[in-house]
Amino acid sequence: MQQELAGQKIRVLIAKPGLDGHDRGALIIAQGLRDAGMEVIYTGLRQSPQQIVAAAIQEDVACIGLSSLSGAHMALFPEVVRLLRAEGIDDIFVIGGGIIPQDDIQALKEAGVEELFTPGTPMSDIADYIKRKVGSPIE
Amino acid sequence: MPDHDRKQDGLNKAERSTERHPQRQAKFSTSSGLEVKPLYTPEDGIESEAEYEQKLGYPGEYPYTRGVQPTMYRGRLWTMRQYAGFGSAEETNERFRFLLAQGQTGLSVAFDLPTQIGYDSDDLMAAGEVGKVGVAIDSLEDMEALLAGIPLDRVSTSMTINASAIVLLAMYIVAAEKQGISANQLSGTIQNDILKEYVARGTYIYPPKPSMRLITDIFAYCSKKVPNWNTISISGYHIREAGSTAVQEIAFTLSNAIAYVTAALEQGLAIDQFAPRLSFFFNAHNHFFEEIAKFRAARRIWSHVMRERFGAKDPKSLALRFHTQTAGSTLTAQQPDNNIVRVALQALMAVLGGTQSLHTNGRDEALALPTEESARIALRTQQIIAYESGAADAIDPLGGSYYIEALTDEIERAAREYMDQIDQLGGAVEAIEQGFMQREIHAAAYEEQRAIEAGRRIVVGVNKFQLENEPTPHLMRLNPKLGEIQTVKLARLRAARDQSAVDAVLQQLEQAAQGTENMMPYILDAVRAYATLGEICNTLRGVFGEYRPSNF
Repeated sequence: MQQELAGQKIRVLIAKPGLDGHDRGALIIAQGLRDAGMEVIYTGLRQSPQQIVAAAIQEDVACIGLSSLSGAHMALFPEVVRLLRAEGIDDIFVIGGGIIPQDDIQALKEAGVEELFTPGTPMSDIADYIKRKVGSPIE
Repeated sequence: MPDHDRKQDGLNKAERSTERHPQRQAKFSTSSGLEVKPLYTPEDGIESEAEYEQKLGYPGEYPYTRGVQPTMYRGRLWTMRQYAGFGSAEETNERFRFLLAQGQTGLSVAFDLPTQIGYDSDDLMAAGEVGKVGVAIDSLEDMEALLAGIPLDRVSTSMTINASAIVLLAMYIVAAEKQGISANQLSGTIQNDILKEYVARGTYIYPPKPSMRLITDIFAYCSKKVPNWNTISISGYHIREAGSTAVQEIAFTLSNAIAYVTAALEQGLAIDQFAPRLSFFFNAHNHFFEEIAKFRAARRIWSHVMRERFGAKDPKSLALRFHTQTAGSTLTAQQPDNNIVRVALQALMAVLGGTQSLHTNGRDEALALPTEESARIALRTQQIIAYESGAADAIDPLGGSYYIEALTDEIERAAREYMDQIDQLGGAVEAIEQGFMQREIHAAAYEEQRAIEAGRRIVVGVNKFQLENEPTPHLMRLNPKLGEIQTVKLARLRAARDQSAVDAVLQQLEQAAQGTENMMPYILDAVRAYATLGEICNTLRGVFGEYRPSNF
């Protein structure tokens, strides 16, 4: 990725789609990724897929991390991917986390969400995953 | 050996670290970072009759450390109140009847997020969320279906509803009216605690000031017309779920409570007119003794605040009554049956801490809403504690334990420090607007996550004792078509009702909101005319605006 070649920090958008107010996980991941050397923008609560995609473009991020604990992931996560593609964007990848039953994970991946991280995942696993995806060395 | 030497000898032995048996940790502490000593002795506990009278007293008496009623569970067990709600009003009604048939003694309604945030199911903002974390209620019609066949004069109902509480309470009152039950026969609780929404839970609509007005309007209306209704359940539960410590949980909750009392007094209400209907909601988390001490400390602090700071006289104003839910955030997605054990321990803490009602979580709630089987096991857990364990037979059975009394004192001291700090910031509303509580909670949550990842804190099945291949549990699945079904229902309702009547009541509501009158009668009229939740809340949005948090 270009921003990596320029030696800049990896930029990540952490977003809360839908109406879910549980942001403990999103806030922890945001801080964890910052501590892993990334530039993290957190959207705050209640973002529509449109707002999330617009913010991702505006902030020129490499990755969007979506968090939902309300069960709305099947409607909202694929919509973010679809809107990115509709904008012709192929250098932003989408990952997700929250309360996501095993059965839904495959369907979300098929819809273009690159990876899902469920409760209990160490922050460092997520940071390492993002670094690998953007071709950045893992310490 | 003289007594003094014997004691020192005992303490030394307890603290000793030998080569064969070194202490497991250099230091032991509670979730709040309070140090746990190896051994507690009489001087940590209650040392004299005078100290006993001052710190503990008797159950049902100031300062209520030992419990809010003189007989506690010997008279009547706590209310077993399982939080439930999903999908349509009809489906939830069926689960309610199942739970009542299983021996549950009160209802607790979970609403979906659009209902909690004042959107109709067909609103664009509701996409994907309809019926997911609770039941979808769009109008009086849905409320009538939710409560069909339930004897509202005998069953008390708790509703987890905050920003839109005034509308849902109005719908409940009118639905009961239609069953022939008058408002003064109703009993139940609305959560109605907006401050913790800004801090931790996120289902706010309006800015703090008009939100506080809605709350005090409810206090004033119910004190006259719905006297057995708990008009607020001031909640530490979600603050804890967001990652706070036990001390922060009660300190922030009690500071929020002080803000509500202050707002009601400013509206001209008399303290003993509304304070008896204030209730609380706490979390039962993992640290067994700290949690029990926390409940006792919360009661003691509140009675002091009410009597000394606010001059309350009615004993009911001084006694902190609370609901407890076991800690959802301690449930693991890994090896979910282990959660049954966690929940049982947490439920026991709540009982030993003197709770008035209790919800026990389902084992599968880190994965989805509980199945009927999981919900039954959760209820049976309470019944086993109540009927088999003997835990409910003596009042405050751990009172006098050197350890429990020392922890109760420590928690009280530490919580008081936070409460003083919040007072210095100008009170809870100011502290929240400045992001103080949010930052403190986040720092504690992040620290806990780091402790887990570093292995300093063990979570069984997650960072130790993992299973290689876990079987996939059977989970509850919801009807994904519910959004569409509710949309059809709404279209039918809007076509069938008298639209000019709806327009008229909404206009009156708008005017009332612009003035200073109590809004409850206007909302009751709007509900009766079958104005929808979204229409009512949008009318108020037009007057009050919407809250937009800064990111802290």
